[in-house]
Amino acid sequence: MLTPQIAIFLILAAVAVAGAVSLILQRHPIHSALSLIVVMVALAGLYLLQGAEFIAAVQIIVYAGAIMVLFVFVIMLLNAGEEERTNLSRMARFVGVPLSVVFLAEVAFSIGRATSRLSAAAVTTVSTRELSSLLFRDYVFPFELTSFLILIALLGALVLARREGTD
Amino acid sequence: MVPTSYYLVLSAVLFGLGVVAFIFKRNIITVFMAIELMLNAVNLAFVTFSRVLGELQGQVFVFFVIVVAAAESAVGLAIVILIQRNRGTLNVERVDSLKD
Repeated sequence: MLTPQIAIFLILAAVAVAGAVSLILQRHPIHSALSLIVVMVALAGLYLLQGAEFIAAVQIIVYAGAIMVLFVFVIMLLNAGEEERTNLSRMARFVGVPLSVVFLAEVAFSIGRATSRLSAAAVTTVSTRELSSLLFRDYVFPFELTSFLILIALLGALVLARREGTD
Repeated sequence: MVPTSYYLVLSAVLFGLGVVAFIFKRNIITVFMAIELMLNAVNLAFVTFSRVLGELQGQVFVFFVIVVAAAESAVGLAIVILIQRNRGTLNVERVDSLKD
C-alpha cells in the first residue's frame, strides 16, 4: 500500500542512495562534495518526515552548510584535481566487488527482517522546546564539554595549518 | 506510516556505501567525505530509534554527533592541508612513509 508518506520516503531514499553512489563514482572531489550535499539534504527531508524538525534544521545549517563549505573551501584551496586512476587488482574487481555487494545486501536484509516487527510508531513532532530542555537540563555537562571540544579543535586546526616560521 | 525497518535498511545501505567509498577512493578529501557519509547514516538510525522508542535522547545524540563531526572535519582538513604542503600529493597511496 503506497501511502503519501511511503512515497515521499521512497523518493528521498532514492535521492540519498543515488547521491552516495555518485560520491563513489565521481572522479573530481568537488563533484563528490556536491553529491554528499545532496545526500545530506535528502536525509534532512527524512528527519522532517520523522518529526525531528530541529535535527533537520541543524542538518541543513551545520552539515550541508558549514561542514561542506569547509570541504569545498579546502578542495579549492588545494586545487585538488581529478583523482588518478589506479587499476583495481583483478582479485579486487572479480571477487571483492561482488562479495561486498552480497555482504551489503545481506546486512540490509537481516536488519530489515530483524526489525520488521518494530511498530511504526506514530510520528509525533518533537518540539524544539522539549529537546532543548532535555539538552540544557539533563545533558548540560556533555553540552559544555562539546564547547571545549570545539575550542580545542579550533586551536588544533590553527596550529596545524599555520605556516612554519611565521610566528 | 513508513515501516521502521525501511529507515534502518536505508541507514545500513548508506553506511555500506560510505565504507565502500572509504576503501575505494584515492583522494584523501573524498575519504574524509566517506567518513561524513557514515556518520550521517548512523544519525538516521539514531533519529529512527528515537521516534520508535518515544525517547528524545536519540536526537540529543545526533546533536552531539554533528558537533563532533564538525570538530573532526576542522582538524582533519587542517591535516589534509599539511599533507599537501609536506608531500605535495593528495593521493592516499602516495602517503606511505611508514611503509619504507
